[in-house]
Amino acid sequence: MTEETSIFEKSSKGRRATAQAPLDAQPFDAPDRFLRKKAPLLPEVTELQTVRHFTRLSQKNFSIDTNFYPLGSCTMKYNPRACNTLAMLPGFLGRHPLAPASSGQGYMETMFELQEILKSVTGMEGVSLTPMAGAQGEFAGVAMIRAYHLARGEEHRNEILVPDAAHGTNPATAIMCGCKVVELPTDAEGDVDIDALKKALGPNTAGIMLTNPSTLGVFERHIAEIEKLVHDAGGLLYYDGANLNAILGKVRPGDMGFDVIHMNLHKTFSTPHGGGGPGSGAVGVGKRLLPFMPVPVVGKTDSGFDWLTEKELPQSIGRLSGFMGNAGVLLRAYVYARLLGREGMQRVSEFATLNANYLMARLKEEGFEIAFPTRRASHEFIVTLKSEAKEYGTTATDFAKGLLDHECHSPTVYFPLLVPECLLIEPTETESYEALERFIQAMVDLRRLAETDPDRMHGAPYSTPVRRLDELKAAKSLDLTWHSEATA
Amino acid sequence: MPFIPHTADDIAKMLETIGVDSIDALFDEIPQELMIDGLPDVPAQASEMAVTRLMHERAARDSHDVNFIGAGAYEHHIPAVVWELTTRGEFYSAYTPYQAEASQGTLQVIYEYQTMMAALTGMEVSNASLYDGATALAESALMAVRLNRKSKSKRLLVPSTVSPRYRDTCRSLAGSQELKFELVRFADDSGVVSMDSFKAYDGEDITAVVIQQPNFFGRMEEVHEITNWAHANGALVIAVVNPTSLAVLCPPGEWGDKGADIVCGEGQPLGVPLSSGGPYYGFMTCSKKNVRQMPGRIVGRTVDLDGRSGYTLTLQAREQHIRRSRATSNICTNQGLVVTASTMYMTLLGAEGLARVAGACQSQTGKLVNALSAIDGVRPRFSGPQFHEAVLELDRPVGPVLEQLARRHIIGGFALDGDYPELGNALLVCATETRTDEDIDSYASALRDILAEAKVA
Repeated sequence: MTEETSIFEKSSKGRRATAQAPLDAQPFDAPDRFLRKKAPLLPEVTELQTVRHFTRLSQKNFSIDTNFYPLGSCTMKYNPRACNTLAMLPGFLGRHPLAPASSGQGYMETMFELQEILKSVTGMEGVSLTPMAGAQGEFAGVAMIRAYHLARGEEHRNEILVPDAAHGTNPATAIMCGCKVVELPTDAEGDVDIDALKKALGPNTAGIMLTNPSTLGVFERHIAEIEKLVHDAGGLLYYDGANLNAILGKVRPGDMGFDVIHMNLHKTFSTPHGGGGPGSGAVGVGKRLLPFMPVPVVGKTDSGFDWLTEKELPQSIGRLSGFMGNAGVLLRAYVYARLLGREGMQRVSEFATLNANYLMARLKEEGFEIAFPTRRASHEFIVTLKSEAKEYGTTATDFAKGLLDHECHSPTVYFPLLVPECLLIEPTETESYEALERFIQAMVDLRRLAETDPDRMHGAPYSTPVRRLDELKAAKSLDLTWHSEATA
Repeated sequence: MPFIPHTADDIAKMLETIGVDSIDALFDEIPQELMIDGLPDVPAQASEMAVTRLMHERAARDSHDVNFIGAGAYEHHIPAVVWELTTRGEFYSAYTPYQAEASQGTLQVIYEYQTMMAALTGMEVSNASLYDGATALAESALMAVRLNRKSKSKRLLVPSTVSPRYRDTCRSLAGSQELKFELVRFADDSGVVSMDSFKAYDGEDITAVVIQQPNFFGRMEEVHEITNWAHANGALVIAVVNPTSLAVLCPPGEWGDKGADIVCGEGQPLGVPLSSGGPYYGFMTCSKKNVRQMPGRIVGRTVDLDGRSGYTLTLQAREQHIRRSRATSNICTNQGLVVTASTMYMTLLGAEGLARVAGACQSQTGKLVNALSAIDGVRPRFSGPQFHEAVLELDRPVGPVLEQLARRHIIGGFALDGDYPELGNALLVCATETRTDEDIDSYASALRDILAEAKVA
């Protein structure tokens, strides 16, 4: 594929996509000191040039619509097209966020029902849809835990316990909420080290953040004991919903004793990842945290649906966005939930788990080392390539890049941090037997290549629009915007 | 089974390979007493046809109203190309471009976006976007605290002409890190903050000053003077700007003698539908020397093994997946897809087209203000240059009037009595280029009728 020059290089002075701007606009009028002296550097191109440029750029992406995408912990499942089409109906797109509730009842009823569905799925007492991504859902969760302790006069409770395998957002969130992070080790089989937990708990414990199944791809078997220990110590339990896909309709965070959960609707409810967002991080809460939910929340009244704000929830942790979160993403999640229904939701976790365990069994059969071989895979599992690294000098990165030449997106690499040379593999429920077999064959072929020609592995990929990029140069001689002199 | 490809044969083969006799057996590590039987309260599965009908009915209930609210979200014409191409599967269903070789499309789009935002704001570098304008301001406040090492106070001066929702969001997101946001009142006659209000803080330890231009009332703040005052007092300047306005208004990089330090705002006006408030995106730009304190993803251009130009995420050591508890923010995602749409929008409009949009917005709002002010009992609250919106004062409470307008399918503006009780019966109205002269006439005649009826009664 040829290099696509930047849109700025395609620009010609005086060229316009004339149909796009108002035809009879008055020039802007204000005193001189407020005005711009020189027009900003934006492209001057036609509509066709624009269409061609961005269409060609799109073709340089791997995506679920074009490739198997087993990126662990990201749940890259098929994004049904109906979700997009129906979320983009003009009635939904045209509604101003501050328009009165009376003129948005169709939208608000949909949001109310989504709150109810998510309550049922998680076993929680209340749901707020406003957080705009997983990390913001985490923020909301920890902020509610903090608010709960403050309301009880226990300001000193500011320690958040986080297992060492957790996503980086967990400790970063705790800090943003003004808490301290206490890291917990994991035992050899992937469960939280209970003795370490007992030692870490104390009068300053605010709560614990757990992902279950964990980022190691296994279900935390001691969850009941952890729940008791943390609650007895006066702390609360936070459920990171990154891996909710693994247990949908089988077991609920509320029943496990969690006080708060965030859901990644862009994972479990299949809203698009969009090249890195927008996501949606709805939060569910148990009884203790109901008064602290972020606003606004949709409430049901005698005359219809209305917003609940600080007036109705005076102890709320407040507003997390300019309006009410990623509404369009929420509409997509709702359509997905209705298309699946209660039966389909259970099938999600069943087939995600079947695919993961099959892939794990087959890769083991083919001689790959599984990080936690005695455990059942959840919807994902970890392969460690440490022996390939030792014997052939080929790293997890080499395999990740090599997979791209086999038209598979790479699994997550080097996460979790505690397993060396690891691939975190999540096939999802929407992939077929044949797709899994192609991936296995690619892994086998790559290992053969590692054995026979490791240098070729170090140079992969060969078939993508560009080959391995010089990241050191990118960080050292920063080139973050296009300049005419920067053109080679 | 919707979206699940497995045949009965596939299932049998796979279970045999795993060595279990049922799918249920794969859940045997979960304590059995926690397992549930099903989700009885979730609606049953519905066909695509049935859900399509349901959603069409609901969307139709919401689609009859002509909108005159801005207040941070603006209805602009979006060229057909924008969402047609943005929802191509290759953009729509891709993930964060961690594998750069397989994500050059998304990465180049973001690089071009960064270039356009830097150009619009008059700054050197941009990140790949944050969640929305309000959270971008909260992140800017936190960044200002990290940057201004000489200031120990974590005090930020925030004029009350900054969007009330942005101020609320800042308190929720940054309050727990001990940032103090101190409100600076606007002058009653002008709707902007007078320099005297800032001068009351002469010589104090202030970490940063926030300036919204145009401000929440659509009025122009004296950005050059405020910027110079802030810098003279050791404070950084955080600019909150409307990107459409930057086609015509002085970019924050040129405010005062040295320019603003951090620029942020709501990206929605650039090709993103109103859509009940999201997904939108927040933009953030700054100078190159401060980029290491900027939160969020950043794309850089580099070369590959063969020396070809290519793009990659860079400066990742600032981010949570590397730095964990010491990251600049907990943010993980950007609003990639929405930014893709905006990049196309800016490409199609160009500087000249965007200036035309700005001009049309100003003149339509001007016409609206004139038409409504001609009605007995309505007058403009402030005079002078405005952009996008204006404050009107009514001779009676605004709420009931808006309700009656809504019954006539007119969303007549945003009532200010909740956020600004000191302004009395004040109404914030907006007309973008999408409101025709006929729209404005029908609003004016409806309002005339409503106010006259009330008088008779």
